[in-house]
Amino acid sequence: MSDRDRAPTVELRGITKRFPGVVANQDVDLLVESGEIHAVVGENGAGKSTLMKVIYGMQRPDEGTILINGEDVHFRSPKDAIEAGIGMVHQHFMLARNLTILENVILGAEPTVASVIRFSEARDRIRELAGGYGMALDPDRLVENLAVGERQRVEILKVLYRGARILILDEPTAVLVPQEVQGLFASLRGLKRQGVTVIFISHKLDEVLEVADTITVMRGGRTVAAVKPAEVTAHRLAELMVGSELPRPEIRESTVTETVALAVEGLSLRGDEGQEVLRDVSFRIHCGEVVGIAGVEGNGQSELIEAIMGIRAVEGGVVRLGERDITAWRTRSRRESGISYIPEDRHSRGLLLSAPLWENAMLGYQTRPPFSKGFWIDRQGARGRTSEVIDHFRVMAPSSEVSAHALSGGNQQKLIVGREMTSGPKVLIAAQPTRGIDVGAQAAVWEQIKQARGAGLGVLLVSADLEELIGLSDTLWVIYGGRLVAHVDPRTVTPEELGGFMTGAGAAEESA
Amino acid sequence: MTLRRIGLGMLAPASALILALLVSSAALLLIEKSPVDAFSSMASYGTTTDSLISIVNRAVPLFLAGLAVAIGFKMNLFNIGVEGQYRLAALLAASVGAAVTLPAPLHIALIVTVGVAVGAVWAGIPGVLKVTRGVHEVISTIMMNFIATGISAYLLANYLRAENAPNDLIIKTPPIPASGRLPALNGLFGLTDRPDLFGFVTMAVLVGLGYYLLVWRTRFGFDLRASGLNPDAARVSGVHPGGMVIRTMLLSGGIAGLVGMSDLLGFFHRYTLDFPVGLGFTGIAVALLGRNHPAGIALGALLFGFIERSAQILDLEDVPKEIIVIMQGVIILSVVIAYEVVRRLIEAQEVRAAAERTRAASPEATGVPA
Repeated sequence: MSDRDRAPTVELRGITKRFPGVVANQDVDLLVESGEIHAVVGENGAGKSTLMKVIYGMQRPDEGTILINGEDVHFRSPKDAIEAGIGMVHQHFMLARNLTILENVILGAEPTVASVIRFSEARDRIRELAGGYGMALDPDRLVENLAVGERQRVEILKVLYRGARILILDEPTAVLVPQEVQGLFASLRGLKRQGVTVIFISHKLDEVLEVADTITVMRGGRTVAAVKPAEVTAHRLAELMVGSELPRPEIRESTVTETVALAVEGLSLRGDEGQEVLRDVSFRIHCGEVVGIAGVEGNGQSELIEAIMGIRAVEGGVVRLGERDITAWRTRSRRESGISYIPEDRHSRGLLLSAPLWENAMLGYQTRPPFSKGFWIDRQGARGRTSEVIDHFRVMAPSSEVSAHALSGGNQQKLIVGREMTSGPKVLIAAQPTRGIDVGAQAAVWEQIKQARGAGLGVLLVSADLEELIGLSDTLWVIYGGRLVAHVDPRTVTPEELGGFMTGAGAAEESA
Repeated sequence: MTLRRIGLGMLAPASALILALLVSSAALLLIEKSPVDAFSSMASYGTTTDSLISIVNRAVPLFLAGLAVAIGFKMNLFNIGVEGQYRLAALLAASVGAAVTLPAPLHIALIVTVGVAVGAVWAGIPGVLKVTRGVHEVISTIMMNFIATGISAYLLANYLRAENAPNDLIIKTPPIPASGRLPALNGLFGLTDRPDLFGFVTMAVLVGLGYYLLVWRTRFGFDLRASGLNPDAARVSGVHPGGMVIRTMLLSGGIAGLVGMSDLLGFFHRYTLDFPVGLGFTGIAVALLGRNHPAGIALGALLFGFIERSAQILDLEDVPKEIIVIMQGVIILSVVIAYEVVRRLIEAQEVRAAAERTRAASPEATGVPA
């Protein structure tokens, strides 16, 4: 692969892609010049990811044309896109943890002679690739021992190894703390020097202004502008991104009371392999208070929530709901006593995708009216309540009889939020409540959390979106390595400071 | 739309049946027999009154076996052990029934209760093993089948057998007295001078109804189905997975314990070495065919009953009746595929409907910024 084979250009004309309940892309135009770093920015749900999936052949556009190097292409699958020299790094890594970097990179594209894998040849090739792009990686290290930023580089290598000259990165910085972002940008510049075209998606404006050559702004499924970083400010970009209306997660006046809704005291637990996952975690949620937990994924947040919900057994410590010690209770009793839960992954934990909406609306509430009467399911009551949830939370659904998979992600999430808020909870555990949903749904979910807080609920908010955490929380904790390492004031803290705590860099500002 | 859905639902088994006819026709042609002759004689023989009675009698245990398997399927539990459960249950129920004398209804109730209890215990063991030791139920229920066969043979040969008359070589338990026999239903339907229509068919209907209500109308049923559709979501919703596995295995085994009762109470009145075998395995096929729904399972059981009964005529036509095994196999294979195709059709249709509806209903869902 020499410098002479110039990376091709990508040009999209009039791309439209519809999904149930939403037009993800409408009449989108995009022009990516050869060998540039091209950022596509927009709020969650602006249609960026869909557009990238269209380029990568994962989604076929309903209308419009795709030109690669001036040539009209029709990708039927990512395989076609890869053959055309396009590679994509997804937000969620797709690596086998128990294999080495080398094995991960060549997986599915092994160089073989008579069915025998030529590891040494592959190793040389990877060293050469990585060196050329300024990425220092030892091909024989196990992926499970790598930091998040390094894993991302492995993903990029995987794509380059398959001959990609156009690289698509879907929110590459979402999983990185600020310090790792710089490393990524150095790699991207290295790629650019080698003539690779990079398209990267982001909604973080400072990053985009720093690294991109051209910026395309998307809003509500359309491209609204293509600008050079020198010509715009972050403020102007933000205006382009959100239009006139600017949904903000901020909470106004405090509604925090003295009554403790949920208390966690000295909680410790071990993971499936016996490793320590949580150590001596203590905090309190008062009625009318939103307690936020910030942290890089995998630092114990999920286990903490599972311990509170009674899904995972604790090794030590106490969970109290109001005055009652609920540590030994089963999940069902906890739910019946007023703990609501918006799970972090709605498909795997929040929904029965092939069941009708009314059955989804009763999931977790099947033991109480109006969903059941004693031993029996109350179908009429359940359907009635479902219609209420659909109306009140503006779920776009034809009826309560369609199955959950017929709804878009945002509407599925609104149904879950509605379900968890409607049965009079005392405590709400919200894990990544706005992940992957459109702007409208996001604003609605924020509004619901604010209302719940106003109504005296105690809310535990675990989120990867730092702005969401800072905007909604009354109290903010940082979790790192299974411990609460910092207690910060959301009114004064900046995302950068939080990022520092999240990598274990800073000490606790104050402790409680 | 519901009508259309039912139509789509019927499409799958119908096409499977047609495919099965075509494949077995091809097999018949290969051995130079006329498919038309074979099938038409099967059809005419299979629809005589005697045959219809026999078909229902054959269908009852298959239906119950299908239900036993289906209730496990509803939460992705694979109870392959129905075979062992019903055979052990039939042996012990027959022995208990022969050992006591009670007023008729009580006597029958006792026999049935013993059958249900034995089936439940035999299925409960794999359930407990799964929950406490993580043993996969497919492995343990298969093993339990072997153990059940061994134990039955040992108990029958050593402790439970009756004294044989001279020249009678069949090992069997003592007969159940008249008070423990279920009268035939021929009188109700005016079927005098015909073979017995076993009384247990009424019990099968009740169990089918009970199964429907339990699975689709109760909280337990909701937990069961939720666990099957998405175990993680069910757990998060408060379903205790271990308890669910054990309760479902007990229920499945309990129904399995009923499988042998129809023949025991209506015909054999004792457990013998020629007691029907293989019903538990055929039950798996019937549950698949019926999509775990009692109405579907009933149809599937009747279909299998029909095929087996009407195949008896093939010997007279000089056609090997093993052709029906090919038919049954093709039906099962193609029905599984056809159901999947139909499921995708329905799903695509729903997505389209939801898309149209939301596009029409709300301007804010059309991609204009909210």
